[in-house]
Amino acid sequence: MPGKLKVKIVAGRHLPVMDRASDLTDAFVEVKFGNTTFKTDVYLKSLNPQWNSEWFKFEVDDEDLQDEPLQITVLDHDTYSANDAIGKVYIDIDPLLYSEAATVISGWFPIYDTIHGIRGEINVVVKVDLFNDLNRFRQSSCGVKFFCTTSIPKCYRAVIIHGFVEELVVNEDPEYQWIDRIRTPRASNEARQRLISLMSGELQRKIGLKVLEMRGNAVVGYLQCFDLEGESGLVVRAIGTACTLDKLSSPAALLPACNSPSKEMKESPLVHPPSHGCRSTHNSPIHTATGSRLTQNFSVSVPTLIYTGMGSGSAGKEGGPFKALLRQQTQSALEQREFPFFTLTAFPPGFLVHVGGVVSARSVKLLDRIHNPAFVGIMGNTRSYKLLDWNSFNSDEPETRDAWWAEIRQEIKSHAKALGCHAVVGYSESTSICEEVCILSASGTAAVLNPRFLQDGTVEGCLEQRLEENLPAGCGFCHIPYDELNMPFPAHLTYCYNCRKQKVPDVLFTTIDLPIDATVIGKGCLIQARLCRLKKKAQAEANATAISNLLPFMEYEVHTQLMNKLKLKGMNALFGLRIQITVGENMLMGLASATGVYLAALPTPGGIQIAGKTPNDGSYEQHISHMQKKINDTIAKNKELYEINPPDTSEEIIGSPIPEPRQRSRLLRSQSESSDEVTELDLSHGKKDAFVLEIDDTDAMEDVHSLLTDVPPPSGFYSCNTEIMPGINNWTSEIQMFTSVRVIRLSSLNLTNQALNKNFNDLCENLLKSLYFKLRSMIPCCLCHVNFTVSLPEDELIQVTVTAVAITFDKNQALQTTKTHVEKSLQRASTDNEELLQFPLELCSDSLSSHPFPPAKEHLESASSNSGIPAAQRDRCSSWIELIKLKAQTIRRGSIKTTVTVEKASPMGEGNFRNRATPPCASSTVGVVKMTPLSFIPGAKITKYLGIINMFFIRETTSLREEGGVSGFLHAFIAEVFAMVRAHVAALGGNAVVSYIMKQCVFMENPNKNQAQCLINVSGDAVVFVRESELEVVSTQQPTANCQPSCTGGEVTT
Amino acid sequence: MTSELDIFVGNTTLIDEDVYRLWLDGYSVSDAVALRVRSGILEQTGATAAVLQSDTMDHYRTFHMLERLLHAPPKLLHQLIFQIPPSRQALLIERYYAFDEAFVREVLGKKLSKGTKKDLDDISTKTGITLKSCRRQFDNFKRVFKVVEEMRGSLVDNIQQHFLLSDRLARDYAAIVFFANNRFETGKKKLQYLSFGDFAYCAELMIQNWTLGAVDSQVDDMDVDLDKEFLQDLKELKMLVADKDLLDLHKSLVCTALRGKLGVFSEMEANFKNLSRGLVNVAAKLTHNKDVRDLFVDLVEKFVEPCRSDHWPLSDVRLFLNQYSASVHSLDGFRGGSLSVGPPS
Repeated sequence: MPGKLKVKIVAGRHLPVMDRASDLTDAFVEVKFGNTTFKTDVYLKSLNPQWNSEWFKFEVDDEDLQDEPLQITVLDHDTYSANDAIGKVYIDIDPLLYSEAATVISGWFPIYDTIHGIRGEINVVVKVDLFNDLNRFRQSSCGVKFFCTTSIPKCYRAVIIHGFVEELVVNEDPEYQWIDRIRTPRASNEARQRLISLMSGELQRKIGLKVLEMRGNAVVGYLQCFDLEGESGLVVRAIGTACTLDKLSSPAALLPACNSPSKEMKESPLVHPPSHGCRSTHNSPIHTATGSRLTQNFSVSVPTLIYTGMGSGSAGKEGGPFKALLRQQTQSALEQREFPFFTLTAFPPGFLVHVGGVVSARSVKLLDRIHNPAFVGIMGNTRSYKLLDWNSFNSDEPETRDAWWAEIRQEIKSHAKALGCHAVVGYSESTSICEEVCILSASGTAAVLNPRFLQDGTVEGCLEQRLEENLPAGCGFCHIPYDELNMPFPAHLTYCYNCRKQKVPDVLFTTIDLPIDATVIGKGCLIQARLCRLKKKAQAEANATAISNLLPFMEYEVHTQLMNKLKLKGMNALFGLRIQITVGENMLMGLASATGVYLAALPTPGGIQIAGKTPNDGSYEQHISHMQKKINDTIAKNKELYEINPPDTSEEIIGSPIPEPRQRSRLLRSQSESSDEVTELDLSHGKKDAFVLEIDDTDAMEDVHSLLTDVPPPSGFYSCNTEIMPGINNWTSEIQMFTSVRVIRLSSLNLTNQALNKNFNDLCENLLKSLYFKLRSMIPCCLCHVNFTVSLPEDELIQVTVTAVAITFDKNQALQTTKTHVEKSLQRASTDNEELLQFPLELCSDSLSSHPFPPAKEHLESASSNSGIPAAQRDRCSSWIELIKLKAQTIRRGSIKTTVTVEKASPMGEGNFRNRATPPCASSTVGVVKMTPLSFIPGAKITKYLGIINMFFIRETTSLREEGGVSGFLHAFIAEVFAMVRAHVAALGGNAVVSYIMKQCVFMENPNKNQAQCLINVSGDAVVFVRESELEVVSTQQPTANCQPSCTGGEVTT
Repeated sequence: MTSELDIFVGNTTLIDEDVYRLWLDGYSVSDAVALRVRSGILEQTGATAAVLQSDTMDHYRTFHMLERLLHAPPKLLHQLIFQIPPSRQALLIERYYAFDEAFVREVLGKKLSKGTKKDLDDISTKTGITLKSCRRQFDNFKRVFKVVEEMRGSLVDNIQQHFLLSDRLARDYAAIVFFANNRFETGKKKLQYLSFGDFAYCAELMIQNWTLGAVDSQVDDMDVDLDKEFLQDLKELKMLVADKDLLDLHKSLVCTALRGKLGVFSEMEANFKNLSRGLVNVAAKLTHNKDVRDLFVDLVEKFVEPCRSDHWPLSDVRLFLNQYSASVHSLDGFRGGSLSVGPPS
């Protein structure tokens, strides 16, 4: 019984009117955890109740602490009839369970109802007292940190990167239970929300257990997804990369308050488990998913011996043999693992040695219906939601899903091997479900890794140094990992244009972020391939077969499109490639997004040639040459636009023949259907030159046209789907994260592939255009991490969801980018250097906006002399509010001078407080919480990770028209989701969410019934950040830091 | 291909000032799009009409959602759904509560009731302000009125506290509330030449000097209602015109003081009795609600018009009135009397 959860309900505000007669509400609160429920008193007749309850104490297992959400229900007391629910708040207390994260959750949470949305707010304080016990049969994994960030979190250092962890749990979807026919939509939604929350908790705990067994202490790149399989159930699955992380001490030194002794005591012993022997099987009785995975866990300690043994003996060897040796060692380290996969997309310097190319696998599966009447009977008991119980009744179910994924992973692994690589990085998995057909997809980048980070033995010294000497900075990762004479696929190799020593391919596709030390010429840009294919409506197996037959063609076309667009941009590498295949009733959609760049190490791409089939026709010839000219012009224009002007390298020096304009594929993949038939697809276009576009029919014509219709973003805008834009490194601090959703209805019934393609293309292009228009005030800016998701909710509907962040940058400073890659890599690799560069700039812009608070009198005058409110006087506008508040304060307190103590929302207000001290935040009572899909915040330093945010919401309406139609409904819902995420982060004491991702946005409507429903799943990492400029100030004024609160207090006197 | 659903939600709520203005002015989405196209935004940004349409729709939806919060501005500050920087919040509130001069002149002093609301279409046609905008402005007046009507303390401060308006706008609202409460007639043809600013100026002075709050700022200070006792006391002024001696004395005092300083001295001298009688009668009648309402009409009829027909310059009027009230103090029995200032013209 190692935990005590304490909850206090403080107050409510802005509650809805529940009693029409009095226009007031008699509210009380139920606090539930597990099976225990407490209630507050009823606070009569108020919309702003002050409960100020006692501390409700729950004594619980740490297993429950991890699985269960804290459930807070606000109700309206009714003497004569049943109490009406106002809404609920689910609080995930997981962040309180690991050391150095949050210690208290305290703040205003929106009260959420699945039918009415947000209905007021409630102020709650939650604490956890954990008792340490080193128990033997541990089923909880408290202490393991989770990060959504797909790189090593900013204030940590990776000691060891252990590798892939995965888990899935399955349950019946409450929406499809028989009881759903008799319960209200609200009850059904809440059951679903609660179940998914429970399942996520359980999943996280299980993954944590695996990490502990691997002797790690954290999961990085944690990605959890839901598969709503409908009648056949609900699958929650997660993948991640187990790591051992060390907290970097430097930020802690700057923030001494964070290291309170109590927290030190909380430090879990799990971080440093007893080192003797391997954990025996009975250590983890719960962990019985698949036999194969057990071996994976056992293997961890073994490779150390091999590695150290061989490493010391071979230090003197030269480059070539050394490479082989390195590979051998890494391989031996990785071979022990079932899946040498890494969900990371950015790596510590030196980790990534070579990149092979993209590997992907897809598989079409039929979902079986589960009919298990015995199971339904027990669903009444809350505990039976759990997989453990579920398992005993439906033992084969999770195994089936596990086997499916294992199959795909195996395929990925073999592809990687074919590319001469023993690891897969930037690995991700996804599904697309339509009725009973499900496409499982996995993709990643085959790579050769440096064994240094992979195991316990910290092998410093000569080997490592040699390694770094041997790898020229900025091009090493481009060098081919496979054997030149025994290539896995036809490719055109040249000597590296950077170091001239090793061979490189002519084009490189990857799913990872651009390595920070890579030498890039010019800027990058977002490249998308979009494709639709009609398919006949069919049932079950026929349908699955039809889909499997279509998939290779889609992949081929998507690949061709990507290649052509890349050429058109004059670039030679793709990063962050993500291909999404979506299945619908009567069509398949393919959407590939990636960021194109020009890598200095790879050869200059050739142009695109157009060839006609019928050379005799004169006018046709003319047309062709006209097209050719247009294409050439576009390439030239793009080169200028993205500043691609590689130094002229004379081919003679390299001694290789001038490369023919030839296009080879780096994409190796296969798809298979349930029959396990593996067909490898060679995308190198056989003997035909992919460069030459043959216009032999209207289809090809369309293709060429669509190539040319992609309009570049307006000037001042850049876009990419990676973390940072290659070629821009002088970000300013303004960021705007957004989500945009569009649904179009396809009009005609007899659609052709071409019309479909055009519609889809227009949809995406228009969406991008809208974004550029909306964000025009931020120019010059870059849309980063642009993430498109396509779904086909109904027959004729296409839904596209985009989440991205717009970041402003300084145009002037961009001109001063250093040319030499050494400097560049230095500048970009170390944030400290960046700080030095940016600090002066930050400081002056800050001093402009943060001009000292003028005395209130001046405010009065300025306010009264101010008639209209021109835009230029926004500062004054804010000062009015300021002033009014000050006045209000003096009035209330009845004294002239009021000293306002800085309100600390949480004990770790350090970062918080400093943030509030800045003028824009000072006057707002609601602290600003930034959200970004990136792992960093420009111009700021992340000082603390507070835990993972993983939230699932359902919203339903039966008055769609009244809520502004589908747009109004979804707009409000997404705004509410943002608000709830922000509130949770603020309650944890944070001021930002990084690596934010909207994993699911399932929208269903029935306009005839005036109904709509939407499910949204979001996740991210709650963090505390400090502006770099402030950090600087604090570090220099450390001794006088204590006077700061009184200073701010002084400002607030009137 | 039709767009079924099209939304954009930012973590920081995007506010486009131009679109906000169009929305406040009561334009429909299509009108707003047309107006934006005319502003040349398409050429500036290279956007298409479809983009503009989608953008405008989006902003309108946001404003529609914000409107509920704007009805109680402190709510806008505390709500969690829209993350809006404070400067933008202030801008939203200030613009939402801003009103058109033409509109306010139409409803100033009218009862803010359903009846008046029904007349809004007439006002809309007359002023050229869209009905939607008229409704918003009217509802704003009514909302502010309802909130501060029964409240103690300074009217301006109350408004500022509950609606977070700028000082200037809060003063304007104080005038509107004051006029609405006392139902001063401002719509007569004779009063048309007066601007809202003129009335607001009067309102401010009246609030300062004629209300309960003016008498005793500590106890029971109500800025909205005129001080009944004070109005009762004004009856005493009748002496000034009823008592022939007093009238003469008063006149001579004023004339002595102003001789040579006034350009229209002779006219003033000739008219003194009429003017004084007019002013005093207006003041003395103020115990009746009906006459309170007609205060401005009466003042214009009895004082402003005679002056105007004699072509008094404004400075002379001011001098005269100051001297007129100042000399009263030196008359027996008029120590510590009050000041009455007519509207400037």
